[in-house]
Amino acid sequence: MSDQKFPLSRRRFLTTTALGAAVAATGSIATPSVLRAQGAGVKLGVLHPVTGALSYSGQQGRLGATLAIEEINAAGGIKGLGKIDAVLGDAQSTPEGGTAEVEKMNSAGVACIVGGYASNICLATTQAAARYELPYVVDVGVADGIVTRGLKNTFRFGPGFGVISKTALANLAAINDQAGKPAKTVMIVHEDSLFGSGLAKLLNAQLPQHGFQILETIPHPTPTRDFNNVVLKIKAQNPDLVIPANYYNEYVLLARTMRQQQVKLKGIYSVLGGAASSYKFVKEFPDAARYIMDCNHWFDPRNEKAVALKKKVESKDQFFTYEVYMNYSCVYLIADAIQRAASADRAKLTAALASSTFSGHVMPYGPTKFVNGQNDGAAPVNTQVLDNDIKVILPPAFANAKPVFPMPA
Amino acid sequence: MLSPTILIPAILNGLLTGAVYALVALGLTLIYGVLHIINFAHGALLSAALFAAFFAYRLLGLDPYLAVFLLAPLFFALGYALQRFIIGPASRGDDRNMLLVTLGIAVVIENALLYAFRADTRTINVPYAFETINFGFTFLAVPRVVGFVAVFLVALALWLIMTFTDMGRAIRAVAKEKVGAELVGIDVAHVYAMTFGLGSACVAVAACLLIPTYYVNPGVGNAFVLVAFTIVVLGGMGSVPGALVGALLIGVVESISGLFLGESLGQIGIFVIFIFVLLVRPSGLFGARP
Amino acid sequence: MKGFAPIAAVFGVLAAVPLVVHSNVTLNFLVVALMIALAGQGWNILGGYGGQYSFGHAAFFGTGAYVTAILQVRYGINAWLAFGAGIASGAALGGIIGSLTFRSGLRGSYFALVTLAFAEVLRIVASVAPITGAGVGTLIHLDLRAQAFQFQSRALFYWVILTLVGVSLVVARLIERSRFGAWLIAVRENEDAAKALGVDARSVKTAAMVISGAITAAAGCFYAQYFLFVDSGIAYGTWMSIEALLTPIIGGVGTVFGPLLGALVVKSLGEGAKLVTGDVPGLDLIVYGAVLVLVIWFTPRGLIGGFAQVGKRLTRRAVPATTSIREAGHG
Repeated sequence: MSDQKFPLSRRRFLTTTALGAAVAATGSIATPSVLRAQGAGVKLGVLHPVTGALSYSGQQGRLGATLAIEEINAAGGIKGLGKIDAVLGDAQSTPEGGTAEVEKMNSAGVACIVGGYASNICLATTQAAARYELPYVVDVGVADGIVTRGLKNTFRFGPGFGVISKTALANLAAINDQAGKPAKTVMIVHEDSLFGSGLAKLLNAQLPQHGFQILETIPHPTPTRDFNNVVLKIKAQNPDLVIPANYYNEYVLLARTMRQQQVKLKGIYSVLGGAASSYKFVKEFPDAARYIMDCNHWFDPRNEKAVALKKKVESKDQFFTYEVYMNYSCVYLIADAIQRAASADRAKLTAALASSTFSGHVMPYGPTKFVNGQNDGAAPVNTQVLDNDIKVILPPAFANAKPVFPMPA
Repeated sequence: MLSPTILIPAILNGLLTGAVYALVALGLTLIYGVLHIINFAHGALLSAALFAAFFAYRLLGLDPYLAVFLLAPLFFALGYALQRFIIGPASRGDDRNMLLVTLGIAVVIENALLYAFRADTRTINVPYAFETINFGFTFLAVPRVVGFVAVFLVALALWLIMTFTDMGRAIRAVAKEKVGAELVGIDVAHVYAMTFGLGSACVAVAACLLIPTYYVNPGVGNAFVLVAFTIVVLGGMGSVPGALVGALLIGVVESISGLFLGESLGQIGIFVIFIFVLLVRPSGLFGARP
Repeated sequence: MKGFAPIAAVFGVLAAVPLVVHSNVTLNFLVVALMIALAGQGWNILGGYGGQYSFGHAAFFGTGAYVTAILQVRYGINAWLAFGAGIASGAALGGIIGSLTFRSGLRGSYFALVTLAFAEVLRIVASVAPITGAGVGTLIHLDLRAQAFQFQSRALFYWVILTLVGVSLVVARLIERSRFGAWLIAVRENEDAAKALGVDARSVKTAAMVISGAITAAAGCFYAQYFLFVDSGIAYGTWMSIEALLTPIIGGVGTVFGPLLGALVVKSLGEGAKLVTGDVPGLDLIVYGAVLVLVIWFTPRGLIGGFAQVGKRLTRRAVPATTSIREAGHG
């Protein structure tokens, strides 16, 4: 036993870490000296899971947020307050990793935090930020629990599950009716965590009301190594429609396997499909992707700013995914609120966000209006893979193509 | 659901999936059988090998099935070096230290991949990826059938190496009686490193056979590790035929239980069988009693 | 009572931290580190003193977390009672898994992997069973009152987890000093010899697993109260199984303070690596993994063993060759 040695080394250990923390704190406070000429600058926490299981989405989200910050700063920053100073954080794909970053961002003195991405991370981070009345704008996090807990600091710019599933169903019914109701039976294939299961639950409750019969609902874990069994079941029951709700990798495997097993369907209609509205998927597997419809987050294809951003992202050799433009829009939303609050004060900023009517974003949402923290205008749109591109087919106000349904054999 | 038109394809499919598991498990069982460690770095090595196969195709235009002959020696050397110069000296022969060292290496490899290649999922689109063999009631993807055949060839090659070469005899001697082997002049550190090299080469082969129908990202290997562990123990640690049979069995169990219980709950079949076998026959199907 | 003085001293020093340090970053960091230390202490009772290396302690962590959360959310039971029930359920699970596996005489790698399989089975069940909220998980309502076991201040949470860790230190010391502890160590050193001397190895190991399960479950209960959300990946994911065994082995396996020291060092390592490497994804974890390997390389018996070694050499004035060990010891 070495207990005698222990308290001594413990104390030394504590002082070194305390020192380290102090150095870090002064370091981050000292850096913006260059910006001081134009005002003190505003710190914005940019929090994403850039390592771990969700790292691709997290890195895309960070890309979108930092692009917006660069643009705003290049245009002179926020009037009277100076440039935006991004404080980047890595949630490491876990709720506790996200919470630790919120604590750091709070002590670094950020005015607001944007990001989170996954629902379970957002649940933890918004709550941690609420302790400090620190405004938090959720970028994606679709679980409705995030905004229904009564946290005053929490705002979600994008749509939640409830709205997404409702829109998805209404649009599906509309597309089906227009084509003369060719589809009657449905199978749902969803991943089994918060995102997929939550969605499947809502679909199961609502699909029958629209006249669809659900043959089976198949949950699967993430990662799933093989989809042959799922596809066997699909083949055996021969539904008119398959509705997948899962992440990118599983979506790709499922779509490829369905093609391999030569499944004949009237349509694949995914809801928040991981790959269905992904340029990467369309580029790499044009045959498997053709005619897939998806109800998902999507930019406004008629918006010039969105088109310019798409070009910019693609020139960086990155794909223009929804994480990019949602975070991009969220940062502009926050910048607008800071501008109107004319201050980085948290209470004023929270009030400014709550009363936001911001419409300078790239999403098909119209002016922003927060009702209990949820952006009332936020809604998904329907896309379809047509001519090796992804087109918006619904709602008509944003559409740049007509749906092709049932899909040609 | 019980109709043979579903059941038979599901069993076939389970066998094909099991073959992939076997490829991953063969390397693991070899390392496990000789070094008596649970190699946590196995999954990370698989990710690295998948990246290697991916880039061999993208940059050199090398078909994955040809890349085997480049990557297997490469990963043999990598595995040899890892054991000889890092795991061996760092752990000083202590089992639990080896375990932690391989864990540390796994973290390094996985994040080095993340750092170098970002987290995107990448896939290659070889011309034969969508080709199938029609059995009338089901289609079997050609690359998966190739993998099934290849795993038997790999197992055969391993068995030949273990049975007929001096190296194989030395490996078996060390696995059985480490101290005795040392006494008769076998360089145990070298044998350990050779074993680790062979195990890593198996991973490279697995990667080349997997990439035409699968994807690669920095964390992809983890999906196979847990299953591979169970197969190794189920088959009897260190047993090559055990790993082969265990893997095919697990593949079928997973497939059938997935069919009846759904994909989510179906995963449970693997572990329930595993626990049951261990509680009843702890040495695994093909192992000697511990 | 000499053996308890260091515990009191460490507890006292740590308890004073929130009085000096007001940074919530540091407090949150310490809360998480202490939670891992608690889980690690649970592992240490069975793995360190008893020599039974479990790879599935997430089974206990997750059960504690789920029981605490579900009793509150679904049955409206008071959070403090739910917390106690969570600990009890961990003990019960320890008894079940212990009696099953030890009856079959599973040892070594077999025991390690069968515990891992139990944790996986629980994870899969939790990801589909309606009572756990299946894939959606269980969200505890935000209710920052002491009756609900939720506190506005991070310092109070810190003292709660510190108290739990303090209790676990005392339990470890009591075991070390008891006849039960002697049996447990005898089983670890040579099970057959212990049996020959009349030790009921099976019961001793099972009892150790009950205590072990209860302590690790307490860490899970705390997780649920602190983060207010549990899903199957958080509760039963392999990360907790790995952290629970990593911390005592790094700190010093089979020692009272090993898990605590290990948790603080492992967690600071992660944070330190982040400070050094900045915002590049993955780079900090590369450094973390590499330092981990180096720590094991140079302190094979854990940090406490490393300190003892350095201490001995220093007193003998055998200065050469200790430099690297000392550096690694403080890494």
